[in-house]
Amino acid sequence: MSDPILTLEGITLSFGGLRALNEVSFDMPEGGITTVIGPNGAGKTSLFNTISGFYRPQAGRVLFRGKDISRLHPPKRAKLGLARTFQNIALFRGMTVIDNIKLGAHSHLQTGLLSALVYFGRARREELELREKIESKIIDFLEIDHIRNLPVASLSYGLQKRVELARALAIGPEILLLDEPVAGMNREEKEDMARFILDLNQEWQMTILMVEHDMEMVMDISDKVVVLNFGEVIAQGKAAEVKENPEVLKAYLGSGDVADMRRRLGAENASGAG
Amino acid sequence: MRIADAVSSYSDDEAIFRTRTQRVWMGILLACLLAFPFVVSPYLLFLGCLIGIAVISATGLNILVGLTGQISLGQGAFMGVGAYTSVWLANQFALSLAVTLPLAGLLTALVGVIVGLPSLRVKGLYLAIATMAASVILHFVFVHWESVTAGNLGLNLQHAKLFGMELDSDFKLYFVIIPLALIAVTGARNLLRTRIGRAFIAVRDRDISAEVLGVNLLRYKLLSFGLSSFYAGCAGALWAYFFKVITPESFPLEVSIFYLAAIIVGGMGTILGPILGAAFMTLVPEMLKVLTLLLEPIIANAQVHLAPMKGVVFGILIVGFLLFEPHGLAEIWRKIQRFFRLWPFKT
Ligand SMILES: Nc1ncnc2c1ncn2[C@@H]1O[C@H](COP(=O)(O)OP(=O)(O)OP(=O)(O)O)[C@@H](O)[C@H]1O
Ligand SMILES: [Mg+2]
Repeated sequence: MSDPILTLEGITLSFGGLRALNEVSFDMPEGGITTVIGPNGAGKTSLFNTISGFYRPQAGRVLFRGKDISRLHPPKRAKLGLARTFQNIALFRGMTVIDNIKLGAHSHLQTGLLSALVYFGRARREELELREKIESKIIDFLEIDHIRNLPVASLSYGLQKRVELARALAIGPEILLLDEPVAGMNREEKEDMARFILDLNQEWQMTILMVEHDMEMVMDISDKVVVLNFGEVIAQGKAAEVKENPEVLKAYLGSGDVADMRRRLGAENASGAG
Repeated sequence: MRIADAVSSYSDDEAIFRTRTQRVWMGILLACLLAFPFVVSPYLLFLGCLIGIAVISATGLNILVGLTGQISLGQGAFMGVGAYTSVWLANQFALSLAVTLPLAGLLTALVGVIVGLPSLRVKGLYLAIATMAASVILHFVFVHWESVTAGNLGLNLQHAKLFGMELDSDFKLYFVIIPLALIAVTGARNLLRTRIGRAFIAVRDRDISAEVLGVNLLRYKLLSFGLSSFYAGCAGALWAYFFKVITPESFPLEVSIFYLAAIIVGGMGTILGPILGAAFMTLVPEMLKVLTLLLEPIIANAQVHLAPMKGVVFGILIVGFLLFEPHGLAEIWRKIQRFFRLWPFKT
């Protein structure tokens, strides 16, 4: 972990009168797992959308390896290596699993229209190479060989989340943004996903930014935790420090739901609704 | 029962025809297409050519509507652009179809890209209206740009040549139209297994996440409009060579609706769908015509009395098909295939 790979500087984002993000600033260390937590509606997904370029903030900058990418279109950011999954699964329902994953590699492929129409030369070569690569690296790793030719709509929720991760990996990410990767999963699926995330971080040396409600997982695997509340960063630091921070406790208490807070901060039967 | 060959490598898995059986069937189909004009009546040959032209245009429209999810009511007018362009070029410069056809396609593609510009802002019904407006404007141009289109009088194709040969019979045109239709369909099929086809489907299924995953919406929507119009322009040019006369009334809005119906009935977003749909939409009205003729001896003046009913029966047939199988004829075909593949183990 050295220089920050991604830096947010004073991001402010409003929807009409609603301020979803207010002066949000933090760094992501390269090679680390950074997790954003916060109550529902705190602005976590909005923050992700700002980083991917889908929302344009009114103020602030996003720096990628020190370079300002605030004005870059979403497809260009994907090409730079910003990959993400979505809180509400956003797979392409008309495609098979393998085609969904292949789509992730879109910006790295060169096939032009004419070559695609004749499917000869580059188009064919590129497709076969891509297939090899996806099969040997991604499908193998995520253990989804058995579903590769199925339409995504026929898959269970847990598997769909896994295919979404596979598609993000096909982008060849420098940073992987995961919006609630284990929400709605059963225990076993959660453990699998946590293992994949750890492997990606440790063996693939991938930098990860994650939103997650499952506190057990957050505390277990995060190098850094950032707490958002009503669009503001109220604490950031090592997981253990943040957990003890009185501001954070208050924010969760402030949501008025003590049981919810217990559930979220309790290390035992944490659940990830959202 | 058909025994599937084991798919041994990814390259086999990526191929279109995975098994030998499929290749054999494809060969039989090609042989039938080749033999067709030698054995059928002139009337059937005429229908065969019409279906070939319709397949090209429907395949093009399917790229736009079925794959990319951008609705268009401009296909008829685009065919008009292709028809006028090819006839004008042929008459003015005595050019061969080998030149007029691609030029007609390219010009129509350009017009299509311009007509597609609103798709960057609007979707669904609004886009349908925008493309309809464009087709009204094009119709206006066909009527009023008299120095090129000869207005309501229309144009006669005076120079229908290809490689020095006069294209003066349906028989000769069949051998131009059918290979082009095969190329058009193969092109669409190929496209579907590359990044471009995937990007089209991504735009259709979830345009916002497609963008975040690296697909440039602007580029792919316009590319789809351009490609689909290229197909329409080529189909329009062939139509002009086939009928030899074009007027603004050759390409009314109904033509656009005809093609939308064809891809819906056939099965949107599939390769087979537009082919089956084009054949269905061309053949059913003809079959109804034949039916009324057959009823003539039984019911006095059947032609006169039943003619108005044809439209109604046609409509009911379309609705019936959609209720019976909303995914179109292609899906029915798939089910039949599956039945025979598993038969007799499972029925
Ligand atoms: N496109 C939008 N238009 C208007 N308001 C929006 C939009 N997107 C988000 N918001 C609002 O911004 C605030 C933050 O929403 P956001 O989805 O970022 O929260 P979150 O932290 O991801 O919540 P959750 O834990 O429920 O996923 C909410 O009040 C939400 O209603
Ligand atoms: Mg959220």
